[in-house]
Amino acid sequence: MNRIENAFKNKPIFMPYFPLGYPDLDTSIDVIEALAKNGADLIEVGLSFSDPLADGPVIQKATQTALEQGITVKKSLAAVAELRKRGVTIPLILMGYYNPMLAYGLEAFVRGAREAGADGFIIPDLPLEEEEEFTSIVGADRDPPLPLIRMLAPTSPNERMESIARNAKGFIYLVSVTGVTGTRTSISDGLGELIARVREYTSVPVCVGFGIGTPEQAKQIGALVDGVIVGSACVKTIGSSEKPVETAKQFAAEFRSALK
Amino acid sequence: MTLLPTKFGIYGGQFVPETLMPALIELEQAFVDAQKDPAFRREFEGLLASFVGRPTPLTHAKRLSEQLGGAQIYLKREDLAHTGAHKINNALGQALLVKRMGKKRIVAETGAGQHGVASATAAALLGLECVVYMGVVDIARQEPNVFRMKLLGAEVRPVTSGTQTLKDAINEAIRDWVTNVRDTHYLLGSALGPHPYPTIVREFQSVIGIEAREQMLRDAGRLPDTVIACVGGGSNAIGVFSGFVDDEQVELIGVEAGGSGIASGKHAARFGGATKARVGVIHGTRTYVLQDDDGQIAETHSVSAGLDYAAVGPEHAMMRDSERAFYTSATDEEALSAFQTLCHTEGIIPALESSHAVAEVIKRAPKMRKDQVILVNLSGRGDKDLNTVIKELGMNL
Repeated sequence: MNRIENAFKNKPIFMPYFPLGYPDLDTSIDVIEALAKNGADLIEVGLSFSDPLADGPVIQKATQTALEQGITVKKSLAAVAELRKRGVTIPLILMGYYNPMLAYGLEAFVRGAREAGADGFIIPDLPLEEEEEFTSIVGADRDPPLPLIRMLAPTSPNERMESIARNAKGFIYLVSVTGVTGTRTSISDGLGELIARVREYTSVPVCVGFGIGTPEQAKQIGALVDGVIVGSACVKTIGSSEKPVETAKQFAAEFRSALK
Repeated sequence: MTLLPTKFGIYGGQFVPETLMPALIELEQAFVDAQKDPAFRREFEGLLASFVGRPTPLTHAKRLSEQLGGAQIYLKREDLAHTGAHKINNALGQALLVKRMGKKRIVAETGAGQHGVASATAAALLGLECVVYMGVVDIARQEPNVFRMKLLGAEVRPVTSGTQTLKDAINEAIRDWVTNVRDTHYLLGSALGPHPYPTIVREFQSVIGIEAREQMLRDAGRLPDTVIACVGGGSNAIGVFSGFVDDEQVELIGVEAGGSGIASGKHAARFGGATKARVGVIHGTRTYVLQDDDGQIAETHSVSAGLDYAAVGPEHAMMRDSERAFYTSATDEEALSAFQTLCHTEGIIPALESSHAVAEVIKRAPKMRKDQVILVNLSGRGDKDLNTVIKELGMNL
């Protein structure tokens, strides 16, 4: 059983996002280790890009800081290897935009990610129509390949939802709201219906992200899905703390216990 | 399955978040339906005539031709279109599509402000709500256009992220669109972005090339040897080129912003900056992109806000590879000099963007015979640039 399947044994799972290099590289590795060892079931490890068009202000600012601190794709992959060396055993999914991967060279990137110990990829600007170039390279790298996690949005019509959900690997990343990343005070009323629609087409776990900011919201949504993704709130809370590693431990523990 | 091809050779495509894919599919459908609908074409062409003032004239620049001592130079006068640039052609076309789709709100990005003004104008004409994103650096250098947009009823939202220029304005417009996609259309102003935008923008700008070809045959009795246009994203260039692309003997030349010179690294020459430009993906499309070794989008520089952008439209990338078109650049200094030359010899104040095309004419015309002909797309007028030019030339009023 691979790490992703293993992670979904106790649902709903808690999936925080944190960018490598923020507020600096060493701290980000410590933070991700702390999240992993205090309740996170899977972590979206963020790769930074100068023009993150699906992200709201919190993640924009954090990834900008990471770039100013000199983060690169190469350093990010080395950081994933370092996390494995420190005994992090949960799945680590690389989340980033396509252009830095292209610039690194897709084959080198995919091989580097596997060798470092990453478990899959989330690429928000690579919809179904464009994924073949990437998946053919991941497919040639290893059998079975590391999964490219497909995303679904509230705007996806049923027919499209079906083509995306069919053959989805790992899990489905369901974007809960139309918009960029960032916390919302209330979660869309239509979410239950949306999740039911997705489940008609797939048996892989369905995880919801965008807009979830508090353990209470996580609990509420966790009742409906297989996993809860927390990005901006995690970055903001930990990033604004004077003791980011301590805060990360607490943050993971709080969400973990809310999802019990 | 898309209705139209999404790529130009290996370039183009639809690299956007899933939330936007249904909107792109809807837009493509609306565009394809509209193209087949005589009523749409009538309304669009009617507005181009009665509101924009088309056809725009073709001017034989006799004094400039004489002074350069070579080819005869003709100017396609998009500067005389309503709102002062070619941008209005596409803005009106897309705004009519917005009405067809039943949406009520448009967002637009703008660099020089010309597309923002055109969008605000089309929105006012058709009763749509309009929000324009503009980098604060561009707001400072194109102030008159900011006032024009506000007078036309648009809301101008200053963009303070990133480099605070066109690239960041596009990011913010896309973020707004992702958030409000159900009732909002992104009125993209250049031949850029995800499919179907590069195709739509070319179609709505192709009127430039269609008119210019007829006018050349009428006035000069022949096709031009060379067609020259400036290239930021590339909408005016693709518009004029499209009229001549099938005439194999006509040479097509795009002029990028050379900024402080290619060697300085401070420029926006995607095809000229061999050290920094590679094929990549930005703002939904695969094309030549100025970037660093790690795939981060590079900062660009140009005296003209409208050319100050790190990527180029995907169809230009294809035409460059196939050598159907050739691309060169003009520096800030060359553009400013060309700006003054056109003012003095022809009584026309060109936009700084268009001045880059004129700069190439000044280099090229003297080497050509007097019976040869250059057509320049004068994409916009320079009223918006007076503050910049006064400052750059150190003039006192």
